[in-house]
Amino acid sequence: MAITGVLRPGHAQIRVLDLEEGVKFYRDVLGLVDMGRDSQGRHYFKAWDERDHHSVLIRQADKAGIDLFGFKVDSEETLNKFEKDLQAYGVTTKRIPAGEMINTGERVQFTLNNGHTIELYADKKDVGNCQGYSHPKPWTPEAEHGIAPVRMDHALLAGGDLDQALDIFVNVLGFYLVEEVVAPDGMKVGIWLSCSNKVHDIAFLRHTEDAKLHHVSFYLDTWEKVLRAADIMSMNEVPVDIGPTRHGITRGATIYAWDRSGNRFETFAGGYISYPDHKTLTWPLEHLPEGLDYAQRKLHETFLTVFS
Amino acid sequence: METLKGNITSVMTEEAYEYVKITIAETGESFDCSTNESVLEGMRRLGKRGIPVGCRSGGCSVCKCQVVKGEYHQHRPMSTEYISKQELEENCVLTCCIKPKDNLEVKVIGKMHKNICEK
Repeated sequence: MAITGVLRPGHAQIRVLDLEEGVKFYRDVLGLVDMGRDSQGRHYFKAWDERDHHSVLIRQADKAGIDLFGFKVDSEETLNKFEKDLQAYGVTTKRIPAGEMINTGERVQFTLNNGHTIELYADKKDVGNCQGYSHPKPWTPEAEHGIAPVRMDHALLAGGDLDQALDIFVNVLGFYLVEEVVAPDGMKVGIWLSCSNKVHDIAFLRHTEDAKLHHVSFYLDTWEKVLRAADIMSMNEVPVDIGPTRHGITRGATIYAWDRSGNRFETFAGGYISYPDHKTLTWPLEHLPEGLDYAQRKLHETFLTVFS
Repeated sequence: METLKGNITSVMTEEAYEYVKITIAETGESFDCSTNESVLEGMRRLGKRGIPVGCRSGGCSVCKCQVVKGEYHQHRPMSTEYISKQELEENCVLTCCIKPKDNLEVKVIGKMHKNICEK
């Protein structure tokens, strides 16, 4: 198997200030498929081309932000191994029983010094993309409902201890560092990490407050669809932060915008194929403006100041 | 699509609204704002500055202000991460979540305060 260990981001659980408004937004504007609600009040969604049961959960709370970010691993054996490795590293882990999250197996949960809850799991029900597994059509009606990303792609999380997050993701979980932003004194300000051929599966920003969400990101096939997303955002009065433009960092063609509760999300296309043997690409802090917005070469004030 | 008749048509069909004046206490600058839109959106739409603009949805804190004069009402939830009950009682609000009822004077206390006001 080409990709082993951690396979991909599996789910993000996001807090919204009004659940019904949040459901309408994630279903009808972002265009995720509605997968229902559980007895705890968490509402489940998947992107149309994802095969596992869900990738986004929202729940109502009095504070916006992110509860947890989960990754799927290749097997129960790998899950057990990572649990032991994390404990050996000195991280406290917790087992969440199978079924606590709908159609999801046991999860191994831990908290970074950054304050973020990360979890690993090996099993989530395959529900497919409605096309079956023989001679599927290339897309479905759901691929045109709202912005309709093909997958939840990654998240950018912010907190004080970037170095521990880097150490755990690289040295325990087997990720590699694709790109980084580095201050003149050598301190890393931002890191983009991959467990696959994607340019990022998770990223971190150094920030004065812990446990902060910068954004959860959704992948689109083409730049045209990014522009279509921009139209849909404006038609629905979605507050846009940056874009449409292109990032220098990762080369993604992007829009940053906010959900109805102030959680930033990204819709993007492109990037490039990365490999674990590639050297890390470095952006000295003075080049962050074009790293963020290559077209405008502008360090948007909100990028390092607005979090949920 | 969530709605194509959201705020735009509702502005035309809902009860009458009027324009009031919002004044930034620190600079004395002011702008006209409809009683049917948030204080922050009123400022932003006119290309004015003074209150930092962030998520515009009640989840961050950069548009935080204290209303020192005038009446307003809250039309959206604000994240309690940034606005406590006591702050609300002291008229500290996220300006993306309040609509003015009459002329307002606001003091900017949001995070980008230094960047905006100390130039």
